[in-house]
Amino acid sequence: MVTNITNLGRSGLSDWLIQRVSAVILALYTLFIVGYLLFNPGLDYYTWSGLFAQAWMRIFSLLAFISLAAHAWVGLWTVTTDYMKSTGARVGTQLVIILAIFVFLVWGILVLWGA
Amino acid sequence: MSMLQVSIYRYNPETDSAPYMQEYRVDTQGRDLMVLNILEMLKAEDTTLAYRRSCREGVCGSDGMNMNGKNGLACITSLSDVVKNNKLVLRPLPGLPVVRDLAVDMGLFYKQYERIQPYLQNDEPAPAIERLQSPEERDKLDGLYECILCACCSTSCPSFWWNPDKFVGPAGLLQSYRFLADSRDTATQARLTDLQDPFSVFRCRGIMNCVAVCPKGLNPTRAIGKIRDMLLANAT
Repeated sequence: MVTNITNLGRSGLSDWLIQRVSAVILALYTLFIVGYLLFNPGLDYYTWSGLFAQAWMRIFSLLAFISLAAHAWVGLWTVTTDYMKSTGARVGTQLVIILAIFVFLVWGILVLWGA
Repeated sequence: MSMLQVSIYRYNPETDSAPYMQEYRVDTQGRDLMVLNILEMLKAEDTTLAYRRSCREGVCGSDGMNMNGKNGLACITSLSDVVKNNKLVLRPLPGLPVVRDLAVDMGLFYKQYERIQPYLQNDEPAPAIERLQSPEERDKLDGLYECILCACCSTSCPSFWWNPDKFVGPAGLLQSYRFLADSRDTATQARLTDLQDPFSVFRCRGIMNCVAVCPKGLNPTRAIGKIRDMLLANAT
């Protein structure tokens, strides 16, 4: 067993499952947004903000944001452990990535509920 | 016209400051020889050339090397399989330290093999004669036990290149599943517990380089998928 403390779920199995489930959620969200834009040509601000005013859309969006955060954490953590051999540089990069993901997630929540 | 151009990776750490490619020309007399035959012909002329070989029939797994960019066993790879534009480029298996020329240090590879405990473990009292398996149970070991540990798969795997100390690699995982799938082995839980971290199994990204190069036609990617299924079934 190899020990690691900076990956998302502490276990390779949970990271693997999170990566796959979040990928499906992100695919569904992307398809929905692209479909919505295609079926609403000449989209104006009121229709767009009306969509995001509904509870189900906020739940769906927040789910997608959390999925994106988890997906990015697992994926970028993997990249750093593959290519960065200096422990200092690797841990530093991992912490910057995790902090950035946290900031983007909170920012996303502020945008969803702030408008 | 039948002169084959051969380019071989040379490195003797005792005399060379850096590895280099040495050019040779070999007269094949138009025959479709095996790559190992070419090496034997060159060795007769240049005795400093180092490589491993033994059975010369794809059973011992000694002469794994990189031939025109693809890993394989030199003894069962014919020139017509790999040679393009009359040129053959031979390099050692990628990702492992070079001992000399085409011979690599397999230490990390064997260490990962050792880690998966490649032997039957059974804590039940031994029966009078032998531990029996049904034909169906025995069938599960087909495609797993045939591995000759030549390291062609693990050294073609980028995940193994980057983390050979942490990722078990396709060869080790194929053998790991060989014992996980064995009805006579009772250490399944302990074996699975040792594999659930982010590196041992999950560093596999499923690119199937291992399947593409295996000289025995085995499928480590499928075995890794089965290990994942077992881990998932065990933990959900």
